[in-house]
Amino acid sequence: MKETSIIISGFGGQGTLFSGQVLAYAALDNNFNVTWIPSYGPEMRGGTASCTVIISKEEIGSPLVRNPDISVVLNLPSLDKYEHLTKSGGCLVANSSLINRGLNRDDLKNVYIPANEIAEEIGLSRMANMVMIGGMLCLAPVLSLEVVKQALSEHIPERHRRTLPMNFDAMQRGYEFAEQALAEVAA
Amino acid sequence: MTAPAKPEVKVVFQRPESFTDLTTHYCPGCTHGVAHRLIAEVIDEMGLREKTIGVAPVGCSVFAYKYFNMDFVEAPHGRAPAMATGIKRVLPQNTVFTYQGDGDLASIGMAEIMHAAARGENITVIFINNAIYGMTGGQMAPTTLPGMTTTSSPFGRDVELTGFPIRMSEMLATMDGTGYIVRRSLHDVKNIRKAKKALFMAFETQERGLGFSMVELLSSCPTNWKIDPSKSLEFIAERMVPVFPLDDFKVNPELTKKRA
Amino acid sequence: MAKELLKGNEAFAEAAIRAGCEGFYGYPITPSTEFLEYMAKRMPQLGRAFVQAESEVAAVNMVYGAACTGKRTMTASSSPGISLMMEGISYIAGTEVPAVIVNVIRGGPGLGNIAPSQGDYYQMVKGGGHGDYFPIVLAPASVQETVDCIILAFDLADKYRSIVHVIVDGNLGQMMEPAELPPMRELPKEPPEWAVTGAKGREPNFLSSIYIDPADEEVTNIRLVKRWMEIEKNEVRYNELMMEDAEFAVIGFGTAGRVASSAVRAAREEGIKVGLFRPISLAPFPKKEVEEISKRVQRILVVEMNSGMMLDDIVPLVEGRVPVEFYGRMGGMTPFPDEILDEIRRVSENKAPVNGNARAEWIARLEKIVEEGK
Repeated sequence: MKETSIIISGFGGQGTLFSGQVLAYAALDNNFNVTWIPSYGPEMRGGTASCTVIISKEEIGSPLVRNPDISVVLNLPSLDKYEHLTKSGGCLVANSSLINRGLNRDDLKNVYIPANEIAEEIGLSRMANMVMIGGMLCLAPVLSLEVVKQALSEHIPERHRRTLPMNFDAMQRGYEFAEQALAEVAA
Repeated sequence: MTAPAKPEVKVVFQRPESFTDLTTHYCPGCTHGVAHRLIAEVIDEMGLREKTIGVAPVGCSVFAYKYFNMDFVEAPHGRAPAMATGIKRVLPQNTVFTYQGDGDLASIGMAEIMHAAARGENITVIFINNAIYGMTGGQMAPTTLPGMTTTSSPFGRDVELTGFPIRMSEMLATMDGTGYIVRRSLHDVKNIRKAKKALFMAFETQERGLGFSMVELLSSCPTNWKIDPSKSLEFIAERMVPVFPLDDFKVNPELTKKRA
Repeated sequence: MAKELLKGNEAFAEAAIRAGCEGFYGYPITPSTEFLEYMAKRMPQLGRAFVQAESEVAAVNMVYGAACTGKRTMTASSSPGISLMMEGISYIAGTEVPAVIVNVIRGGPGLGNIAPSQGDYYQMVKGGGHGDYFPIVLAPASVQETVDCIILAFDLADKYRSIVHVIVDGNLGQMMEPAELPPMRELPKEPPEWAVTGAKGREPNFLSSIYIDPADEEVTNIRLVKRWMEIEKNEVRYNELMMEDAEFAVIGFGTAGRVASSAVRAAREEGIKVGLFRPISLAPFPKKEVEEISKRVQRILVVEMNSGMMLDDIVPLVEGRVPVEFYGRMGGMTPFPDEILDEIRRVSENKAPVNGNARAEWIARLEKIVEEGK
């Protein structure tokens, strides 16, 4: 892996920025170079919130990419925006709880995860972002699930520490859901 | 033979230590010199000279720094309260004062003076109000009296077109951050004595950490008013005082108590 | 200390604190506000001065006042705020007191937007305020480099009693990247001898930019110019990537330079012998280095996030030895690496002379790119 670019996009409040930071921390802790950059336009006030994470063994130049290797889309507007931008042969993880259409291209490895439903089963609807991250790590194992869990436990803000087990659970279930979905496709 | 006894010499009047021995550049009859001297006397009497930092304005008193024997800086037009804030916040133990005219304080520096007062900056402001721009040659100021002729209100200040004079002391006294706001005049000896007392109170306000203090001094500008020096003093008493009443607008009650 | 994942604006503010900044005065403006917010929290904790001023005009004059006391002081703002500060900046320069000003540049002119830009190059590098003065301008390209540049900025400001601008953009201000903060510096015990601190046991100090006699002002101007020549000699800084054997040179600073580094690496993989020259000090500008480059490459591509402002400084240095081409995005648009890679490919195959109007050729190409909706 030379350089992997990941875009995580959704509504403001879905935790896309934080889930990107968790990946960035995990990458740093495992001796990768990493950049994390949010979209900070007027849209951050209420609308779409997205961030770009780049993980690399080499020095990172641009923190932004036109065509990400991996897109994690938590709502329909994000799918509309990033489906056609994702690199051919790249990965796309979509939140089927809020996205009611399939893909218009067939050159992407992809998985649909009902992240909101899974999060609600866990008992905390804002865990949807972590479900998606779990799914992404299964589809595109840039980092191992364990490494990301470790990073999360070290960098979760103190006020949210009590939700750590639910975060782990969310990632685990997202991962397993993706694993099963991919197995079904393969079968 | 014994030497004749030396006559006893006693100093009854001298230049304050806070003053340099330069001759000021001010016009004959201008009261800037009086105001300068009062400040120097008060700083001497309070023993503040060695810790005082003055902030000179832009206007006729742009050269004020030359006449005070103490550390001084010279601010951009209207920004003296901001500069004083910057200084006082990093040197809170020092005494910091600004010296500003009406164009500087009430026109271009309106935002800076209002917000310094609103923050309760622990600085002292000496506000020279002579109802005109002196340095640029006699233009209408925010404190120019209705009907008053200046080079930029050649037919007399028409309040329909140019509005009314601004009463800074009254306005600043509404700010909770202020500790001492008064207006005095320099048109006769009695008032000059009162002005000195007010300056003492203003610096005392700062020394006691009671917030923003300002003394507004009604002053003359014979050159730009185009009247002779003695008539200009009458002008202050008869024309300016009715518009700018001499009063205490804010006096923190702590100031009436003896210092602990 | 190990590298941590740090947020741009916050890391820059902490760097200033560790460099010994004792007074921060500012006004909120996107995309630099986190700087102010961080200072609002940290400075009082350390017993240092923080004021949210009523305007950028007031903020810069507070910096001016604090600078006169000899304490390390600064402000951080963004383009429209910096325009308002130009009055105070000129006075600070004329008074020869040290101050550090961070400009997180955004798209303009006018209100523009809050997206990353390099459109303030002229305003920063050429002075911006009235009168004869030369500010030092540093343009870092990563969170770590910005941290280092802010420390350096305070040191240079003190050394030369000069204004030092550190210019970044919203990309750097908003991004997170691993970086290492330096240890906390001890504050100086004694103020410099020129500072106003109260004339205790010494002659009074007076600090101002007023020299009413033109002959006196000219003496000051001579001093400022000579100091600047000293700065030009000592303080040029830049970074090079794969320039040793380069046949083509890309020149870009800050974010544009950083994005170009991705494109240069990709072009190398295609076998194009291209390198990147990235000025860090925009003032003093690495003139000699650019001249030397123009003697050993076939073609130069300048990349900026403005309309070719640094280009105007580079063309005269090249003296027509090789064609200089330009690619820029404006208005708050950050170029993607693939755009610059396309440009590198084009430039490496272009044998035609560029007859001095790189800007005109670029704007025609850019219009097409914009029409295609890229």
